[in-house]
Amino acid sequence: MVPANFEYFRAASVEEAVALLHRHSDAKLLAGGHSLLPIMKLRLAEPAALIDISKIHILRGITHHGDGIRVGALTTHGTIASSEVLQRECGLLSEAAARIGDPQVRNKGTLGGNIAHADPASDLPAVLLALGAKVQLAGPGGNRTVAAGDFFTDLLETEVREDEVLTAVDLPVLGDSDGTSYLKFEHPASGYAICGAAAVVKMDSGTCREARLAFNGVTATPHEAAAVGSALAGSDLSDQAIASAIDAHLKIEEPLGDIQASGEYRVELAKVYGRRALQQARDRAR
Amino acid sequence: MGHQVRIEVNGTVYDREVDPRTLLVHFLREELALTGTNVGCETSLCGSCTVLVDGKAVKSCTQLAVQADGASITTIEGLAKGGELHPLQGAFREEHGLQCGFCTPGMILTAVDLLDSNPSPSAEEIREGLKGNVCRCTGYHNIVKAVQRAAEEDPS
Amino acid sequence: MSGVIGTSVKRREDATLIVGEGKYSDDFTLPGMTHAVIVRSPYGHAHINSIDISEASKHPGVVAVFTGKDVAASDIGGVVPTGWLLPDIKTPDHPILAIDTVRYAGDGVAVVVAEDRFAARDAAEKVEVDYEPLDAVTDVLAAVAEGAPQLFEEAPGNISFDWDLGDADATAAAFDRATHTAEVDLRNNRLIPHAIEPRSCLASFDTTTGELTARLTTQNPHLHRLLMSLASINLPEHKMRIIAPEVGGGFGSKIHHYPDEAIACFCAMQTGRPVKWTATRSETNLTDAHGRDHASHAEIALDENGKILGLRVETHAAMGAYLSTFAPAVPTYLYGTLLSGQYDIPAIHVRTLGVFTNTAPVDAYRGAGRPEATFVVERLIDLAADATGLSPVEIRRRNFVPADQFPYQTAVALAYDSGNYDSAMDRALELSGYDELRAEQARRREAGDSKLIGIGISSFIEACGLAPSQVVGALGAQAGLYESGKVRVHPTGSVTVYTGSSAHGQGHETTFAQVVADRLSIDVDQVEVVHGDTGEIPFGMGTYGSRSAAVGGSAISTALDKVVAKARKIAAHLLEASEDDVVFEGNAFHVRGVPSKTQAWGDVVLQAYLAHNLPEGIEPGLEETSFYNPENFTYPFGTHVCVVEIDSETGAVELQRYIAVDDVGNVINPMIVEGQVHGGLAQGIGQALWENAVYSDDGQLLSGTMLDYAVPRAHNLPFFETDRTVTPCPHNPLGVKGVGEAGSIASPATVTNAVVDALAPYGVKHLDMPLTPEKIWRAIHRNGG
Repeated sequence: MVPANFEYFRAASVEEAVALLHRHSDAKLLAGGHSLLPIMKLRLAEPAALIDISKIHILRGITHHGDGIRVGALTTHGTIASSEVLQRECGLLSEAAARIGDPQVRNKGTLGGNIAHADPASDLPAVLLALGAKVQLAGPGGNRTVAAGDFFTDLLETEVREDEVLTAVDLPVLGDSDGTSYLKFEHPASGYAICGAAAVVKMDSGTCREARLAFNGVTATPHEAAAVGSALAGSDLSDQAIASAIDAHLKIEEPLGDIQASGEYRVELAKVYGRRALQQARDRAR
Repeated sequence: MGHQVRIEVNGTVYDREVDPRTLLVHFLREELALTGTNVGCETSLCGSCTVLVDGKAVKSCTQLAVQADGASITTIEGLAKGGELHPLQGAFREEHGLQCGFCTPGMILTAVDLLDSNPSPSAEEIREGLKGNVCRCTGYHNIVKAVQRAAEEDPS
Repeated sequence: MSGVIGTSVKRREDATLIVGEGKYSDDFTLPGMTHAVIVRSPYGHAHINSIDISEASKHPGVVAVFTGKDVAASDIGGVVPTGWLLPDIKTPDHPILAIDTVRYAGDGVAVVVAEDRFAARDAAEKVEVDYEPLDAVTDVLAAVAEGAPQLFEEAPGNISFDWDLGDADATAAAFDRATHTAEVDLRNNRLIPHAIEPRSCLASFDTTTGELTARLTTQNPHLHRLLMSLASINLPEHKMRIIAPEVGGGFGSKIHHYPDEAIACFCAMQTGRPVKWTATRSETNLTDAHGRDHASHAEIALDENGKILGLRVETHAAMGAYLSTFAPAVPTYLYGTLLSGQYDIPAIHVRTLGVFTNTAPVDAYRGAGRPEATFVVERLIDLAADATGLSPVEIRRRNFVPADQFPYQTAVALAYDSGNYDSAMDRALELSGYDELRAEQARRREAGDSKLIGIGISSFIEACGLAPSQVVGALGAQAGLYESGKVRVHPTGSVTVYTGSSAHGQGHETTFAQVVADRLSIDVDQVEVVHGDTGEIPFGMGTYGSRSAAVGGSAISTALDKVVAKARKIAAHLLEASEDDVVFEGNAFHVRGVPSKTQAWGDVVLQAYLAHNLPEGIEPGLEETSFYNPENFTYPFGTHVCVVEIDSETGAVELQRYIAVDDVGNVINPMIVEGQVHGGLAQGIGQALWENAVYSDDGQLLSGTMLDYAVPRAHNLPFFETDRTVTPCPHNPLGVKGVGEAGSIASPATVTNAVVDALAPYGVKHLDMPLTPEKIWRAIHRNGG
């Protein structure tokens, strides 16, 4: 309940945060604190310095620009869940954010903190993969963009370098003929995903132009079932088409397992939830 | 090393120097002696420490006091106004929504936020809205009824 | 007011709690207060080679650091005793800080006392303990296997006790002549009580008077004082004051005397400074006494008509690393004696082995032995229904103890006082719409619906109202289980009641006030109830085992008898009437047959204190104490029904309905009684579906935080459908039986029976709790049932 000692800095700008990161080797960024503080209280993490970026207001908010939406890293899950713009233009992110934790956690936890922590059982990573989202990073050498598919590198590890700040996530605007779904099999204690399935399908007069399916909770990094998506492109997305694509093409290696759910079971859940998510996405597209 | 903070709690502004390690809940309980906010876990999962920060329910064990600099906080002690109980406080009593009372402050403040954003929730929405608060005594039956009662009594 | 018993008076406790003014142990601060952090073993089993406290002691802000050797070198006793002994039981010492061996992850090895919580926690990290890890054993059956790691030299095979009850030969004969038999190997899962308030102790020691005061999270302050005085800190009881302020739930976990509270007291005595120790949630998970953890083989024998002939059970019950306060009683006298259930069973034999394991100690948790017994009996009876081809309802009805057979002597020592089992079953079936549920199940099965429906029944009995002191004394209790009640009538007629019961959410301040108000025909608001402070109340045994109304309430009732008897003597004197002709009714004394001759209650009370005109031989004042020793246990019962829906593709269970019909005898406050049922149900349902304390083989608690140990949340549960039948307890003055545990006793079996019922088409006969989706999925798809 008592974190180990640390130095505390409050950054007023992204530049300042980057500079502070550069100066302090064992530093962590603090935003909503909902990934970091619990493990610090258990002393599973003992950073020497915390750089509080929660007052950098420019990192907060949702902006709609042309064919895309930018969500600032400090935007809370609650704001994302209730955002009219997101619900209208990219509802999958709102739907998944509404399933994170509980209302208090959503009031405080942020998009950036969530994905930078890269908990494999978190709800958002698979959604970002299925949407083809892009993550914006700021560092001493300037800004760069990383595709969600490249962002999550290992268990609790990401593409973010030690002196970089995750500033925003860019999302596509979805059209009326697109359908999405996020279905979650929840851990009864933590509320995290034992298996979360995110599906995005793009339909064109009854034919699937593109389908993307990704999972949380099943593997150390979010898993995109690209082969399932490829198999479904050009199909009518009938129940049978979905079932056979999953049977033939959903291959998950090295699943996670714990006292609640074994790896074998998680893979089976992925098949069921993947199928149901694709079906729901299809039904919503029509 | 202390950090200067200004935090408004239940309408009173406090200027204090805090160790950055101080959790908001410990600041409230020990620095301000507002012990109605309780600590029931350390993993942000029990909800006993819930307070309103700028009107929104948050878990005060998962926020540093320094992060609350400039914020306006309502704890259970500040919910009743002018000697008049908040409708949720009265409803918890009328519906026997508490037994040992330890989770009750957090439960009530979470429900305040819930009714703010959804003034007439269904039983299912109430249960979902309270999923971050553990009560080990009541089986939640009367807690849900209390929130329903408060929603009916105060259709604001 | 007379007639106030049986009404849902709103709780007076709530006024402070809903505004955040209730004060729990950790809410108190004393001048000069220090904070203690206990250094705990990370190993399940290890030898302590050495402990180096030098760095920790030098840490800024540290006041003192103590190890087990410091405790042993003092003259305080320094051990935690066992409060219940069985024949040939092995009771190895349990030092409050381990000296040379740690036996579970969480065993305390040192304590740091510092000026603030930061210093205490940081310095605790600097206590260097050199451990030599030893092989550990955490599973109760593995612990008794050949070659298992041994916890104590004096307990070979890790056996603390080997106990049996009932007639083994008669039971064997019953199986010999049986037409049908059924058997099952089952586990009763290990649980963490998880009171929402972690344990805490604030101890202060007055070095000039030698008096110790401790505010602590306790369900029985006098018991803590007694055990600490006898064995842990060796202060005489008159120099110790134990106060239970508001207590945030207990469910058994705050009955027991733990090392930690004694350590805090020891530190206060050594340093002369107030010391506060408050557990983190991780610490409570590691060190609160866990519940259940049985492995049982159980068999039932029936004749050709489905009448039970005999029942035989062998249980290995985990005790954990040390024997906790009442641990030996739980899987023996609170378990074996309940194996007759609601049924007329001529022959029963039960053997229980108490087994040491490298885990947290196991002791009473809500229900304590009775949920385990109910689980065995109600699983067996469903298996017997399957074996005989009878329905679950019919087989129960054929074997119920008939309503005209009470008192009923079971084959396992108990004499049930009263009951009407058919009527509770009737009501539960009616309320659930049982026949329609079965019809819906048949329709779904016919249609091959992937959503399976299951209907479970559990008809349970419990023995509570603990307990007749002579009986439990003969069985090994090292204490009496009576209760105290003191009624002090003030000169103006209002009343303060002092009870040995120690509420922590049960609402005694309200219900006990109702008992007094009803009896004296005064307003409830004229009665104050004081509890939980050894400095104020007579010696009392506390609140657990659904005993407070039946024993604590009866003590108040008998004290009221004495008060009224004395007041009647005074009234008769004032009325110049014979005492035999004076009746107390409607807040006044009347002379029978002479309506004009009355003396108001208030006038009589005032006269008792004025003492200007008292009858010969009557002392002034009006205050009486009673120590009520129950004649028998009480036997609440009921039938519960639940409906589950299972997603056959994933194994996920949704509890759709839960119907509970309980008979707890007379009811003082229906609102509070229903609340107790709700809470018990949630805990029992939690055991059935989610809760599980899991250790790795080498002794790590894998469910050490709320991230892994799943307690029920609002969205997991439906509204409960509750009702009651009323069969008063015939042997206590209030006719009450007790209600605190009923829900948690019945519901694990109800839910499990429902899940197994849903899976019957897959050939599933039994699944162990918790009924996780994966377990169910395996039963369906991998023949894992």
